[in-house]
Amino acid sequence: MEKNKLTWKIGGKAGEGVMATGIIFAQSGSRGGLHVYDINEYPSLIKGGHNTLQVRVEDREIFSQVKGVNVLIALNKETILMHRDELTSGGGIIYDSAEVLDRKEIREDIRLYPVPFNNIIKEIGAETIMKNNVALGASIALIDYDFDIVAGVIRDTFKRKGDRIINDNTMAAKAGYDYLKKNFPDDFNYKLEKIGTGGRMMLTGNDAICMGAIKAGCKFYSAYPMTPASSILHFMAAQERRFNIVVKHTEDEISAINMAIGAGFAGVRAMCGTSGGGFCLMSEGYGLAGMIEVPVVIIMAMRPGPSTGMPTWSEQGDLKFVLNVSQGDFPRPVLIPGDNEECFYMTQEAFNIAEKYQTPVIVLTDKNLAESHKTTEKFDQRRITIDRGVYATASELAASDEKTFFKRYKYTENGVSPRTIPGMKKGIYTATSDEHDEEGNITEDTGNRTKMMEKRMRKLDSLAKELKQPEMVGPRDAAVTIIATGSTKGPIKEAMMMLEKDGVTVNYLQILYLSPFPSEKVASVMDSARKTVVVENNFTGQLADIIREKTGKSVGRRILKYDGRPFYPEEIHREIMEVAHG
Amino acid sequence: MVRMIDINAIDKPNWCPGCGDFGILLALKGAIVELNIEPENIAIISGIGCSGKVPHWLRTYGLHGIHGRPLPVAAATRLSNHELTVFAVGGDGDGYGIGMCHFIHAMRRNIDMTYIVHNNMIYGLTTGQTSPTSEKGMRTKSTPSGVIEVPVNPIALAISSGATFIARSFAGDVKHLQKTIVDAVKHRGFSLIDVFQPCVSFNHVNTYDWYKQRIYDLQAAGHNTGDKMAAFVKSQEWGEKIPIGVFYEVLSPTYEDELPQIKEMPLVKQAIDNVDISKLMDDFV
Ligand SMILES: Cc1ncc(C[n+]2csc(CCOP(=O)(O)OP(=O)(O)O)c2C)c(N)n1
Ligand code: SF4
Ligand SMILES: [Mg+2]
Repeated sequence: MEKNKLTWKIGGKAGEGVMATGIIFAQSGSRGGLHVYDINEYPSLIKGGHNTLQVRVEDREIFSQVKGVNVLIALNKETILMHRDELTSGGGIIYDSAEVLDRKEIREDIRLYPVPFNNIIKEIGAETIMKNNVALGASIALIDYDFDIVAGVIRDTFKRKGDRIINDNTMAAKAGYDYLKKNFPDDFNYKLEKIGTGGRMMLTGNDAICMGAIKAGCKFYSAYPMTPASSILHFMAAQERRFNIVVKHTEDEISAINMAIGAGFAGVRAMCGTSGGGFCLMSEGYGLAGMIEVPVVIIMAMRPGPSTGMPTWSEQGDLKFVLNVSQGDFPRPVLIPGDNEECFYMTQEAFNIAEKYQTPVIVLTDKNLAESHKTTEKFDQRRITIDRGVYATASELAASDEKTFFKRYKYTENGVSPRTIPGMKKGIYTATSDEHDEEGNITEDTGNRTKMMEKRMRKLDSLAKELKQPEMVGPRDAAVTIIATGSTKGPIKEAMMMLEKDGVTVNYLQILYLSPFPSEKVASVMDSARKTVVVENNFTGQLADIIREKTGKSVGRRILKYDGRPFYPEEIHREIMEVAHG
Repeated sequence: MVRMIDINAIDKPNWCPGCGDFGILLALKGAIVELNIEPENIAIISGIGCSGKVPHWLRTYGLHGIHGRPLPVAAATRLSNHELTVFAVGGDGDGYGIGMCHFIHAMRRNIDMTYIVHNNMIYGLTTGQTSPTSEKGMRTKSTPSGVIEVPVNPIALAISSGATFIARSFAGDVKHLQKTIVDAVKHRGFSLIDVFQPCVSFNHVNTYDWYKQRIYDLQAAGHNTGDKMAAFVKSQEWGEKIPIGVFYEVLSPTYEDELPQIKEMPLVKQAIDNVDISKLMDDFV
């Protein structure tokens, strides 16, 4: 018997409550002190498309999905046909007994649990369609988990909808639970058992980013809806009155970034968010912020391109795009977190960098990180520092000439010029997208151009000195060295555990800043590594190309995946075994 | 008291001699002095074009951004600090061409700010191509055989898009323009002033004389600015006689009025060094 090592999956038509039920299950695991990781799959449709949510629950911290489903809830027959091969031996399918299912269609080692969803709903007299809850309850009975925890989550989930809805949902789940207990007595291979009281959060990367932004004092968020960044807009909008934030759903992404720039210019911490297509529209504004040295944070959540691509799926195909988008050279810090903690702390770091260096800062994520829930320890608010950068001092302002403009773009050693904002007496200047002198006057003079360009670019050097270098995880003298960035972190960590069991030593360097790039560190790691691989969710191996550009060194092997799905640890494991033994 | 010398910039405008932009700048400065607003509490946000240079030629805070986008920048500047008097400034290409989408949405929002459009019916800075307000048949560098489309009607658009102060003025009548700007700033809500601005270098049709022969003052003609339908009828007048002045004015809640987040104080004045997210984190357990 396997205890507390379970992958549970629910599938059905969009609109059948697949996601909501899955989240209730995941939350129930978390509240029992267990660790949870979930991943959703859905097409870009609202009604009728096939949706799944796969939830992994264990008694140790887990970092990604794995292959092999132990319990499959099929709200329709299509789910069975699509996912039957994912089931492990001894796994079970809970499905509607009204579906006609030929036993020969299913592998012998899979158990079937037909449940008369509709009869049960009729019996309890529930008014709404709730076969998802019946099935949820049945699965809880199957794995012998504590029903009270589930009832508690249902209560909290539907708190705002009132007692009747809470009761109907709980009754439906309980009826499913009772039916399974009665008709299929205890013999299932996989069990879940409460080991504590939880206390951890169930968060997506987008949730963590929003918490990071709010904690950082973000006062203005502007966006145009685009998967997988939309839930940032929803989160921020839901919290706007609680934390006094102005959240604007704009007419397009051009407006979104220009609004964030207006807010940054006025002196508030401002953020906008989008995905690749929207960032194309933001590109001119991105350069404007670089040129006029206005702090703004841009969340860029990748999905597979080109063009509309696969809106609801995952890829890391925009690494080079974000590094090169928008004309001209300007300092372009790009932060790329790999998990929820990094989403939280690096978003607030992005605000500090933006204000300290007076430049736009990108936080780059992808759908896999943006939308997957993971149990996460509460963030440590004491770790957060707010650095608003350099403002002009009272004496600097007093000394400034009444007749000219304030030297807002003063040449300085580290490239950062003391800042003023509207409302500050004697700090008056005009920010201009044209090349300008120290006062902001337009000039095309060669000497000024050279000096001003150098001033702006010096900020990146100053930042590079301040950023911490990536650290190697794993044994120094490993057989294989993985270099990767972003959300591949989860499956890589899982794969490393598998490889360790197989006696293959692996270490891992996670790139947290695509720009300024940690060239020296990467070069030294490459020099001392025995074999190097990159693991990337894109076609060309963009990170490997960036490494070559920045270090002149070539990565040994590119482990790439570009089918719109994030890596499974098993896939990384297989390829690294090949590398190690090759 | 704010004096003209307090807002004069040292550098002189580099527009073509005789350009209508000089009249607009003069009227704007006159309005600021008349309204007695401290220059550090003014933000002038402009787009790209000859018109976009305005913030460089007077001493207030300014942001000379990118082509077509002054309105979103100005909107957020105002929402972040509603103690500022905010102007957006741009050309007809900037506002009614590339920035048309923002133009309509800005009017729907009714954020308290003033938008001045230097409408010269031509692209000035790029040396004379057709603009969205160029008249049908006008020959320009990009339409050597004459413009095929009918022109955009910014006044009519504004009436239907929810702007709450809609006026037209003329760069050749600085007194009228200054009064219009003063009224627009005093108005609570989004104000549009479409300004006829002769471009002496590239528009040889719509000249100072052309305007002078046609314009008449709506206010002198007893137009009722509270009557939306009458305003719409006036917006359709074109040809021999063309109205300037206030077409429509109405008081309705501003965007800022609807935001409890900024009721106590502007966003920019709110402390951010001790935001507590403990309860927010609890919500996710
Ligand atoms: C995105 C973009 N496209 C094109 C241009 C080139 N451009 C600069 S000003 C301008 C048009 C100017 O016309 P208008 O807005 O009417 O201003 P005017 O010069 O007449 O005051 C154009 C097309 C640009 N700067 N940016
Ligand atoms: S080109 Fe036309 S609009 Fe531009 S400065 Fe010259 S006259 Fe004025
Ligand atoms: Mg023009």
